[in-house]
Amino acid sequence: MFNIASPLAGLLPGGESTRRLWHFHGGVHLPDEKELSNRTPVQGAAIPAQLVIPLQQHIGAPARPCVGVGDRVLKGQLIGEPQGYISAPVHASSSGIVRAIELREIPHPSGLSAPCVVIETDGEDAWAELPQPLADFAAEDPNRLRERIRMSGIVGMGGASFPSNVKLNPGKDQPIDTLVINGAECEPYITCDDLLMREQATDIVDGVRIMLHILGAGRCLVGIEDNKPEAAEAMCAAVAAAGVGDRVEVVVIPTLYPSGGEKQLIRILTGKEVPSHGIPAQVGIVCQNVGTACAVADAVLRGRPLIERYVTATGRGIAEPRNYRVRIGTPAADLVAASGGYTGELAKLVAGGPMMGFRLDTDAVPITKATNCILALTPAESPDPGEPLACIRCGRCAEVCPAQLLPQQMYWHARAKDLDKVQDYNLFDCIECGCCAHVCPSHIPLVQYYRYAKTESWAREKEKRAAEHARERHAAREARLERQERERQAKLRKQKELAAAKKKVGDAGADDKKAAIEAARKRAAAKRAAAGKAAGAEGVQADAAAKPAADAGPGATNQPDVAPKPPASSTGDTSGTGAPRAPAANDAKAHAAETADEARA
Amino acid sequence: MPLRESFVMLTAITAMALLAGVFGLLLGYSAIRFHIDGDPIADQVDALLPQSQCGQCGYPGCRPYAEAVAGGEAEINLCAPGGEAAMLAIADLLGREPMAVGEAVEKPKCIAVIDEQTCIGCTLCLQACPVDAIVGAAKQLHGIIASECTGCELCTKPCPVECIHLVPVPQTIATWKWPYPARVQAKAPPASELLPEHREAA
Repeated sequence: MFNIASPLAGLLPGGESTRRLWHFHGGVHLPDEKELSNRTPVQGAAIPAQLVIPLQQHIGAPARPCVGVGDRVLKGQLIGEPQGYISAPVHASSSGIVRAIELREIPHPSGLSAPCVVIETDGEDAWAELPQPLADFAAEDPNRLRERIRMSGIVGMGGASFPSNVKLNPGKDQPIDTLVINGAECEPYITCDDLLMREQATDIVDGVRIMLHILGAGRCLVGIEDNKPEAAEAMCAAVAAAGVGDRVEVVVIPTLYPSGGEKQLIRILTGKEVPSHGIPAQVGIVCQNVGTACAVADAVLRGRPLIERYVTATGRGIAEPRNYRVRIGTPAADLVAASGGYTGELAKLVAGGPMMGFRLDTDAVPITKATNCILALTPAESPDPGEPLACIRCGRCAEVCPAQLLPQQMYWHARAKDLDKVQDYNLFDCIECGCCAHVCPSHIPLVQYYRYAKTESWAREKEKRAAEHARERHAAREARLERQERERQAKLRKQKELAAAKKKVGDAGADDKKAAIEAARKRAAAKRAAAGKAAGAEGVQADAAAKPAADAGPGATNQPDVAPKPPASSTGDTSGTGAPRAPAANDAKAHAAETADEARA
Repeated sequence: MPLRESFVMLTAITAMALLAGVFGLLLGYSAIRFHIDGDPIADQVDALLPQSQCGQCGYPGCRPYAEAVAGGEAEINLCAPGGEAAMLAIADLLGREPMAVGEAVEKPKCIAVIDEQTCIGCTLCLQACPVDAIVGAAKQLHGIIASECTGCELCTKPCPVECIHLVPVPQTIATWKWPYPARVQAKAPPASELLPEHREAA
């Protein structure tokens, strides 16, 4: 309730108190259930016979496939190109042949399918040609390192899967002084980050050094919850071994859900509050998951793209819960099988943790870059809360909200579908942690209401923009029709004027014309008389040919065209006599034959 | 009446008259100085409508309906593509009571598709489309630009060979929305179907 900044000591494993820590508002203590899976070392999951690699495993535009069906691909080969800045590429997790690029079910709360590249593995697991390792990264231009991170397909591995190169590029107007590394892993059951810190601490520290160089930041704080003493020890040792103890500090924080939320961890470690609708870069901080740091080291120091991750298969619904090193695209069912299968009482299969995960209807979905846990819950672990009761306005939800929101008010307005009011209560600052629903005595599914409100608000925004666009098109169409009408009227007016003007001119010059016609007639008659005496039959034939030409003329031009053709010249001259046409009668005959054919067709 | 009282009465009457005069002048001046062209209320209602120009409300387009609603001549629940959302928004804007929308009003968004084999290129649908979403020319194949089609259905009637059909917009991960939570528990299928014994039976 109150933000008491108490002098809570961050404890190193040796017990020495170091830096001051802060509280964030609210939070709940949950049974962490970590012992189910954190006692066995990580096992390498077998490469499956078929890898199903979704083209979108990140926030932003989906990748575009750059291989075809039937192509042979090698491990680490680019199979999907990023589209735009906020996008990430996708790589083949093992060598094999592309069998299909089609819609397949992916782990998503909707249960819908998405385009995936399906690779039939050949068992050789042969590497493709990798980009050059950049061992001396401190001498490299940060932009080059960012490009390497981008083309290695690295996205946030904590679950948000935001393209890391974008996050590591806050811009000149947002200088970064602190890099926060998130090793908190606050959600119950999940232990993949714990094991990663125990086993790959050196790589994580390498990744930290690389990111410090890219950001130009002076210091790094690694936050680890105090239920992971081995991980904290391993990380401290790696920091000491790398000799970066002056810049990198491992800070152990009290176990409280959701300390692993980005804004909450920043508050705990630095006391700063990220502003509403803002990002940590605005307070000079960038936060990255330990898995992301490890992937960055792999990409820069060894040229390897992101093709595998640690995943926890846990819950009392499977026989032997443990962590696996899994190739991206492996079916979740394979992990369950490798863990000894289901124990026989399954209430729910969840992708993610019990608070923020979503239910899966099938285990035939692939592991993606964002999947950190496959959780098989028994009825005892996930009891059916039954029908929600009425809200009794107890206010417990507001007491535990880590984002300091008013869940009760948001619930009332979301229930009434009054989305504007829900947004007034800062709906989009909700991190969907589930603390409010966890403590609600009436078992109201609060987070479902907020998720509905968020996606509905986005959908309405989209519809509004589409409606605006449609209105503009409609207005443009009306304008076009109006313009066409105006032009048509103008043309008619002009034609009328021309016709009137012609008539006047015509009356005046009519006499001259008549005289010219008379003179021409007399000449023609004289010629005919002379020619008729010399070759009588020819003249008759020519006359006879000229007549069908004159007849076919008018008929030939009556073609059903949208844009009427201007009348053929032959009709214009039919007022003339046949004789001037006699020499042209042969041409006229040929033209008449053509036009007669057209008229018939 | 004694002189004093009539004097008081006169003062009162004069004061009221003066006040009335001052306010009258103020109002008159404001009516001219702050006069707005057009109908801002109709503009605001028009901004809430989906702009399909489909005519299902009975008015020839969204703007005429908006003007009718602003003028109080039309009910607020007539917009079919807008559905309940539009009705509530207009009710909120104008301070009217929300009304029930008809069942025909709530249906999934569809777009029109032309069957290429049947199209004869008559251009009748081209002329009917209120947003010019159909491309083509006389005796040429007509095609509907899917991204511009609003699903208003105005093109289906003029087509002489009935080659235009409405298909629902396919839902993808990008367009999917969380449903309104109503009896969430009842809808979920039992996870026990994932267990091996059930899978073998299936």
